[in-house]
Amino acid sequence: MPEAENVSIAIVGSGGAGALTAGNLLLEAASMAGWHGLLTRTVGPQIRGGEAAALVRLASRPVECLADRFDLLIGIDWLNANRFGAEIEVGPNSLVITDPSSGDLPLLVSRAGARVVEVPIKEVAKTIHEGRPNMVALGLATSLLGLSEDLLSTVIGKRLAEKGQTAIDASRAGLKAGIAAAAGLDLGMHLAAPKPCAAQRWFVSGNETTGLGAIRGGIRFAAAYPITPASEILEWLAPNLPKVGGVLFQAEDELAAINMIIGASFGGTPAMTATSGPGLALMIEALGLATAAEIPIVVVDVMRAGPSTGIPTKSEQADLNIAVYGLHGDAPHLVLGSQSIADCLFTTQWAVHLAEALQAPAIVLSDQFIGQAVAVIDRPADIAFIGQRAAALPQAGVYKRYAISAGGVSPMAIPGMRGGQYTADGLTHNELGTPTSSENDHRAQLDKRRAKLEQFAYGDHWATIEGDGELAVVTWGSLTGAAREAIEQVHGDGLNVRLIAPRLLFPIQSERFTAALDGIKRILVVEQSHSGQFHRYLRAHYDLPEDVRVLSRPGPLPIRPSEIRQAIMQWRS
Amino acid sequence: MSSVETRTACKPGDYKSDIKPIWCPGCGDYHVLLSFTRAFAQLGLVPEETVVVSGIGCSSRIPAYTSCYGFHGVHGRSLALATGLKVSRPDLTVVVASGDGDGYSIGGNHFLHACRRNIDMTYVVMDNRVYGMTKGQPSPTTEPDFDTALSPGGTGLSPFHPLVIALAAGANFVARAFSGEPNGTASILAEAIRHPGFSFVEVLSPCVTFRPDEREWKNLMHPAPVAATGDPGKAARRIMTDDGFNIGILYRGSRRPFQAKMGATRVDPAELEKDFAL
Repeated sequence: MPEAENVSIAIVGSGGAGALTAGNLLLEAASMAGWHGLLTRTVGPQIRGGEAAALVRLASRPVECLADRFDLLIGIDWLNANRFGAEIEVGPNSLVITDPSSGDLPLLVSRAGARVVEVPIKEVAKTIHEGRPNMVALGLATSLLGLSEDLLSTVIGKRLAEKGQTAIDASRAGLKAGIAAAAGLDLGMHLAAPKPCAAQRWFVSGNETTGLGAIRGGIRFAAAYPITPASEILEWLAPNLPKVGGVLFQAEDELAAINMIIGASFGGTPAMTATSGPGLALMIEALGLATAAEIPIVVVDVMRAGPSTGIPTKSEQADLNIAVYGLHGDAPHLVLGSQSIADCLFTTQWAVHLAEALQAPAIVLSDQFIGQAVAVIDRPADIAFIGQRAAALPQAGVYKRYAISAGGVSPMAIPGMRGGQYTADGLTHNELGTPTSSENDHRAQLDKRRAKLEQFAYGDHWATIEGDGELAVVTWGSLTGAAREAIEQVHGDGLNVRLIAPRLLFPIQSERFTAALDGIKRILVVEQSHSGQFHRYLRAHYDLPEDVRVLSRPGPLPIRPSEIRQAIMQWRS
Repeated sequence: MSSVETRTACKPGDYKSDIKPIWCPGCGDYHVLLSFTRAFAQLGLVPEETVVVSGIGCSSRIPAYTSCYGFHGVHGRSLALATGLKVSRPDLTVVVASGDGDGYSIGGNHFLHACRRNIDMTYVVMDNRVYGMTKGQPSPTTEPDFDTALSPGGTGLSPFHPLVIALAAGANFVARAFSGEPNGTASILAEAIRHPGFSFVEVLSPCVTFRPDEREWKNLMHPAPVAATGDPGKAARRIMTDDGFNIGILYRGSRRPFQAKMGATRVDPAELEKDFAL
């Protein structure tokens, strides 16, 4: 049987059938056996009762995106599965297991020419007291992947402990029955043994690593207004901030949330909030206030398909424009894009550092895919970035909160410091902070705020740049992983392609970008937006080579490595 | 007022900044500023440990005219900003200044939730029943027949009743004051700041430019005939049935203020990643 570097499994059921639980248990057991992997869940807009699927990719090394197609698809039932059939692509080599009582296969599945095998999943489950079909499905996957029953049994005991011994026993019996039902079936491949891995591994989502990055960077106050798909950041911070002497506070709306963090930061406490597109739209006015009053804050936007309510549970990269250009007036601020589940930690921690150092708001763009996907990753290396604000020291004479200085950053007084009293203001002000409508003061403060962002030494972290060649894939955010995998694939075909993915999207890094393009003759821009926002952004700010192609489409379907590879290969011929 | 540190021998003038107020001649807000500084002096507040927060509007100019720390934020969001500040810095004395447009219209939702949370801060709304800074449009407290360019012939809408809303939403201290009586207003403000929890003071402060009729207010004001009650039902009935010019502390509650939980425990942030490790 051929050995595969990675195997992809989809378990499909209606909401509440437990497909997601089965997927989680599978990934966790595989991780204990030494594999890496990734799990995304695909659910409908309703919280319960709609369609649900667990999409799992297991691999012998870290993976940052879903594979092109699924090797194993198990349908507990196909209710509503047509709605997201396009997300579960199977091919002629795939194995599809279907319950004969569940009716016809979704069209996209039956047309793919995959091997289809019938297993009476629900009937098998009924033979077990309190048995559930998702555990039978888990048993099928366990057997076909060659995972050990003991391992799954252990994970079931751990994860279902809260549900009581009866549930654990029933689940283990279901697992066993599923394994038995897989007798005689084979996947036609087996997963390569995990590579020995010295690094400690984490089982984590991007929303969780974002929270950890925030705390490591120094965040001690968070204001929260729930929104899909960002709530997990807030729910992770709620119990963890108090452990480090901080607090999370629930706001009445996003307008309040952002103003609360501005208030906390004014009081000297590094502060953040997390939201998604609709919430970011509400926060824009106050982001301008933080820019003008020079109050450091961090706003994480876990992007979902828009505009308006859009598709709350699906990823898109279409908040780039509002993040970079959405503020009224000339309002220089920081915009960063997290590139993977592991990188959410780095980028958020760095964002706190930058916001505090530059006394400016930072928007961190994550997205639903890396935010809500759970992965087994190697523990990211420690980084030293901690928020450190230039603090005003007690001094004789008049304190100028907005003093014009060489670097543009002026020492900030914190309430409690005698002699530092000033009024922070969104009105145009002079160096003292006193409102003014003078042309000189207006220009001087605009210059100051621009200068501090432009003069800062951001270092090499501004972008991920890998590989050589005359062709570059230029992308950003969570598509960095898919692009990297595509580039690895074409490298196997003897083609060298460079990867350029800016992590710092604003302020613009002209010189660095030009250097990154050294020797590049052709560019493939890859992004997930309908209007090609990133492509337009690149055109507006950077000198690109003449030969530029764009692979851009909106959500909800993720852009897969094979699409990027195809775009590269088509160009070559 | 457990969190309020005091320093003796402060005079009202010590709480004034060097900035000359920009208000129309005759504006009630001059006297509110005077009441602020007198109340701060009465309490002996330490200027650098006191923060005056505001939104947008004529009344919201007040922070910069004091010698305290100040924040002149965006329209309607002063309470939210003050909430983040006070939760993270419970040691500070936080006074929020607003107007009827800023506080009751665009900031209405925050008003409800600030009352509900009962965080230890004082909310002073200078109510002149008009948008002054934008030149005379009707606010949520404007009478239905008040004729303006934006509402020819009047809005036809009943004004709402901020005091009883504050009471219903959970404010711990409710008072009405009149800018024309700066000593009385200063005493009410001092009591409001001293009272634990969320204190709400509605200061009727005439806009002589767009509401010249409000010059008459001084003849209508009268002290509340009875002492403040701690019974919200009784207070609500009084507030709902009085003539709107009843000056004094109308409700003094005993709800426990919300206490921030900052800094209760401390572990090394490096510990937090243990949850993720396989």
